[in-house]
Amino acid sequence: MFEILGVPSQALFGQLLLGLINGSFYALLSLGLAVIFGMLNIINFTHGAQYMMGAFAAYLLLQHLGIGYWEALVIAPIVVGATGVVIERLFLQHLRKLDPLYGLLLTFGLGLVIEGLFRNYYGSSGLPYQVPDLLRGGRNLGFMFLPNYRAWVIVLSLAVCLATWFAVERTRLGSYLRAATENPVLVRAFGINVPRMVTLTYGFGVGLAALAGVMAAPIYNVSPQMGSDLIIVVFAVVVIGGMGSIMGAILTGFALGLVEGLTKVFYPEASNTVIFVIMAIVLLIRPSGLFGRSA
Amino acid sequence: MESSIEPSVLAANRETSWSLAVAFAVMIAALAIGPFEVYPVFLMKALCFSLFACAFNLLIGYVGLISFGHALFFGWASYLTAYAAKVGSLSFPFWFGKVTWLVLSLPPQSPEVSILIGTLVAAILGYGTGVIAIRRQGIYFAMITLALSQMMYFFALQAKFTGGEDGIQGVPRGRLFGIFDLSDEKTMYVFVLVVFLAGFLLIYRIINSPFGEVLKAIRENEQRTISLGYRTERYKLLAFVLSATLAGLAGSLNSLVFQLASLTDVHWTMSGDVVLMTLLGGLGTVFGPVVGAFVVIAMQNYLAPFGQWVLVIQGAIFVVCVLAFRRGIVGELAQLLRVGL
Repeated sequence: MFEILGVPSQALFGQLLLGLINGSFYALLSLGLAVIFGMLNIINFTHGAQYMMGAFAAYLLLQHLGIGYWEALVIAPIVVGATGVVIERLFLQHLRKLDPLYGLLLTFGLGLVIEGLFRNYYGSSGLPYQVPDLLRGGRNLGFMFLPNYRAWVIVLSLAVCLATWFAVERTRLGSYLRAATENPVLVRAFGINVPRMVTLTYGFGVGLAALAGVMAAPIYNVSPQMGSDLIIVVFAVVVIGGMGSIMGAILTGFALGLVEGLTKVFYPEASNTVIFVIMAIVLLIRPSGLFGRSA
Repeated sequence: MESSIEPSVLAANRETSWSLAVAFAVMIAALAIGPFEVYPVFLMKALCFSLFACAFNLLIGYVGLISFGHALFFGWASYLTAYAAKVGSLSFPFWFGKVTWLVLSLPPQSPEVSILIGTLVAAILGYGTGVIAIRRQGIYFAMITLALSQMMYFFALQAKFTGGEDGIQGVPRGRLFGIFDLSDEKTMYVFVLVVFLAGFLLIYRIINSPFGEVLKAIRENEQRTISLGYRTERYKLLAFVLSATLAGLAGSLNSLVFQLASLTDVHWTMSGDVVLMTLLGGLGTVFGPVVGAFVVIAMQNYLAPFGQWVLVIQGAIFVVCVLAFRRGIVGELAQLLRVGL
């Protein structure tokens, strides 16, 4: 045990770890938002509800089918992503020619519907979800205690974020995607099915949100409103980072999680608001965001 | 980017002013008969929210800016009015090495002063929020206002004077100008009606002034408006402050009607509600927000026993409005009758 600036190391690193965990979720969610925004030009207000659906999918798979965490990690994003594909086909594709505000209003409404339905059937209290056996316990690093599950969340989230970055920025499919973002008509002329790509992109973004939900289930309880407050913070993260770059979204997510953790140590009253304050400052100094292209 | 929010209010021609006058007369008549038929508190609530929605419509309907944080102004004005009417004392934080509070002990204020305080605070908050938010357009604007209002929600949750989860309860309505006793439901109704009509007519005046014409030009094509020599930033900021101020007035009034200010008023669901009212009634129509507010408040009132289904239904209305009903109730009616409403 030692102290840093009068704060015991255990407390400091414990909060920094919590910050990194939150940062993992910010990064995954803002990444999904950025990917969807790039292709559809829509801010997906349903994202919070879809994150919640991911957690519920894991919970329901365990309750009703006895399917555990590891399978849920794969199944839940696919199932929830499939609902995203349905949403895009049923609703969002009709909005392509309209003002992007309508997409925002529609996804906001969808979020309300989903949250309301879940609240109806599962109430508003949290439902517990166990940490998988393999990741129980933790290890003592000398300066702090590291629970295994939390370490896993950070590693997995980093891996998924980097894989997504690689897929978008460095592969052939990713280059089609980026080209279609720039000029969909021209890309279609090359014989690439752009509408299908748009649909799948939305499904993928939604799947990322659901994956974050599954990962969050053992840490926070599973509850219908778990997404709605989180998503507002993620919006602030997106505004700070700017939606121009994938790597920007990832970095901003983790960095802001850390800042939030530090605030919890030194000035806990402000921990809820610090990200919003940073957003306001960034907007005053650099309106297009830290990584954004100037509009 | 060109906006596709359909301008249902066309240039004020004779036909339009006729239809507006008739609609206004119908509205006045309905509001005069109202309290004999319906529970007055319901009507007062609907009027407060009508004013709130009209203020919101000033931004989305005429400038094309969608704010997802209007609960900030409504809720904080409601807190300040409730506090002034119930407690009255003012405290200012001062920094002498650490925060100390300078307390001016004042008696509880009269309703008119309390409302003025609440509205003024909303105007100041509107300026602060506006300066930050108008730096980005479109969906960013929506996200920024939502985030800032969430920040102020947490302040309200933590501040001492707001009473946290309890809110400020048992706010006295008091005597207006020392003459009219507002604890009488009929008197209160007339007061709310007068304030609503004043706000409504003010907004109508704003959107038909030269200033309003510039706002509409910004909505249609901001780049072109800039090239014509207008400083659009200033116009947008002023429109934002006006909208926030009037939303604050609605919140102040609401806290006196219910004698309560609580966290519900500053929560983001409240911002969502006012978006829904305006969308359902008709974006950019004069009477749309009023109709939308009455429908949504009635729905919340009568569907309350069904619990969370209200949320589901509200969400479904959003979806239906966006997909099939973008002009809203009043906008569709205006289209049908080929007049401006």
